[in-house]
Amino acid sequence: MSFIEHLDRYASFDFEGYFQSVTPADIKKTLSRDHLDSRDLLNLLSDQARPFLEEMARKASRMTHQYFGRTIGLYAPMYIADYCTNYCTYCGFSAAVDFKRTKLSLAEIEREALAIAATGIRHILVLTGEAPARTPMSYLVGAVEILKKYFSSIALEIYPMDEAEYRTLNRAGADSLTVYQEVYDREVYREVHPKGRKADYNYRLLTPERGARAGFRAINIGTLFGLGNPGSEAFFAGLHAGYLERQFPDVEISLSLPRMTKARGGIEPRNILTDTGFVQCMLAWRLFMPRLGLTVSTRESAAFRDRLIHLGATRFSAGSKTDVGGYAAKHSDATPQFEITDERSVDEVAEMIRQSGYQPVFKDWELV
Amino acid sequence: MGSMQKDTFRLGDVEFTSRLLTGTGKFASRALIQPMLAASESEMITVALRRVDPEATSKNILDYIPDSVRLLPNTSGARTAQEAVRIARIAREAGCGDFIKIEVITDMKYLLPDNHETLLATETLAKEGFVVLPYMMPDITVSRQLHDAGAAAVMPLGSPIGTNRGLEMKPMLKRIIEGSTIPVVVDAGIGRPSQAAEAMEMGADAVLVNTAIATSLDPVTAGKSFALAVKAGRMAYLSEMAEQKEYADPSSPLTGFLGE
Repeated sequence: MSFIEHLDRYASFDFEGYFQSVTPADIKKTLSRDHLDSRDLLNLLSDQARPFLEEMARKASRMTHQYFGRTIGLYAPMYIADYCTNYCTYCGFSAAVDFKRTKLSLAEIEREALAIAATGIRHILVLTGEAPARTPMSYLVGAVEILKKYFSSIALEIYPMDEAEYRTLNRAGADSLTVYQEVYDREVYREVHPKGRKADYNYRLLTPERGARAGFRAINIGTLFGLGNPGSEAFFAGLHAGYLERQFPDVEISLSLPRMTKARGGIEPRNILTDTGFVQCMLAWRLFMPRLGLTVSTRESAAFRDRLIHLGATRFSAGSKTDVGGYAAKHSDATPQFEITDERSVDEVAEMIRQSGYQPVFKDWELV
Repeated sequence: MGSMQKDTFRLGDVEFTSRLLTGTGKFASRALIQPMLAASESEMITVALRRVDPEATSKNILDYIPDSVRLLPNTSGARTAQEAVRIARIAREAGCGDFIKIEVITDMKYLLPDNHETLLATETLAKEGFVVLPYMMPDITVSRQLHDAGAAAVMPLGSPIGTNRGLEMKPMLKRIIEGSTIPVVVDAGIGRPSQAAEAMEMGADAVLVNTAIATSLDPVTAGKSFALAVKAGRMAYLSEMAEQKEYADPSSPLTGFLGE
């Protein structure tokens, strides 16, 4: 049984009706429980939970301290190619967008690695678009082998692959995998992924499972807020994370909360996730899964990220560049995938974390 | 109190006076580690090799630990015996010494150790001359096997890491303490000084406390409070206090009339 069966149980579930039926007593009951189930997660994602946000925050903060300590892990993304054959209507790298594409040579990847490592960052996230012909396995393995020299942990956010291909990259030295479903609502998914490899919803949905079976020790998933209904999307992402935690007990599961920002050629988000909604999701997920990693990128503003430290976040990207070669191997005309709003340097982010009473953790893995 | 002064315990060739082991994880600031060590009088501190970065641009975590305190590197992150062995070797090469705490965890939700893989790693590393302290599920048979494999101590958990739930495994811990010929260090789950004292009263040779100290608002004072509790529990154990009883004990013997 895969996650598809779990997801399909909710195919005709009336989310709107359920959210409206939740009462303050339901929220209180959920908050009094030690172990939360999927019904509790729904309760905490409903509008009725809004008056309880402070109570949720206090509980979430306590739990995060207990299981993760007063620490925030740091990582940086490295975009090595922006070729893409997909037509995601919301993405600046979509094949429909006309701009000069680039791909770093292995020598350029090494230059980028040097520049990032000099900031103290030891966890790297490698990103490509979805264009296997441009960034084939041999290229990715080559990239991982170079990055191993500079980083303690290598995470991949690349096009979905088969289990055997992931195993090859895992054996080469990549230890973690990030893949977002983008949107769990099948109808919206079809609409925003009109063609290309990514149009296959189920193949993408099962990608984290294939990654876990292939040996990745950490898997980060998420939904791109702005596409589907935030309440049901947050619920499905939480359900997915819970499924992975049960199914693969030796894998660390984490969730991200990417929110749509302006990207070249992109559409306007139709379901804005407000700051309050963002915080509510984070808190609900934390209470639902005490050991869940929560990753916050530089899509979020500096001021907002400063607050999230206290609300259950466990990992921040820092000093990020989202254009290919953005750190050192600058291709002058490279295009960022999305706009960065927290533009602080790694040092500045680390200092802010310290000022907030937390320890920035640069290294938390050892490739053996 | 004369006898207390010689009350030490031994791991490998090293004699320890303090029976409180501490950890480096979860602190709001690494600068708190040194004053915490001073206040707690802890003589051994565990550090995850995954957090050690010899090439760190700022200070390395090891720079925060005084030379007088024994380093106990741990294999956090290992999912198999083979990975634990590799991590131990890297730790030794990195200058962390011969002590190693084996942590092989395949359950990320509750962070419970895999006894089978832990035993395999212990066998290999003991042969390589490491002073091996395996973190384990309290299992009497495995405890004996770890002894036979060359472990310097066993480290059964009180309850899952970070839960502060105390000695949920108490009956099993008692059996291990009764039967063990190597030191028993109760590790994980000790959330308050009273629970540390309870473990020591039971006859544990030492306890390891990290989360409760590191995540408190004042780790230095918390460290001190655990030091006092561990000493109190140890003294209670040495004084052979009477056991708690669930029934009243008649003060005049029931069979006294029988005579000689």
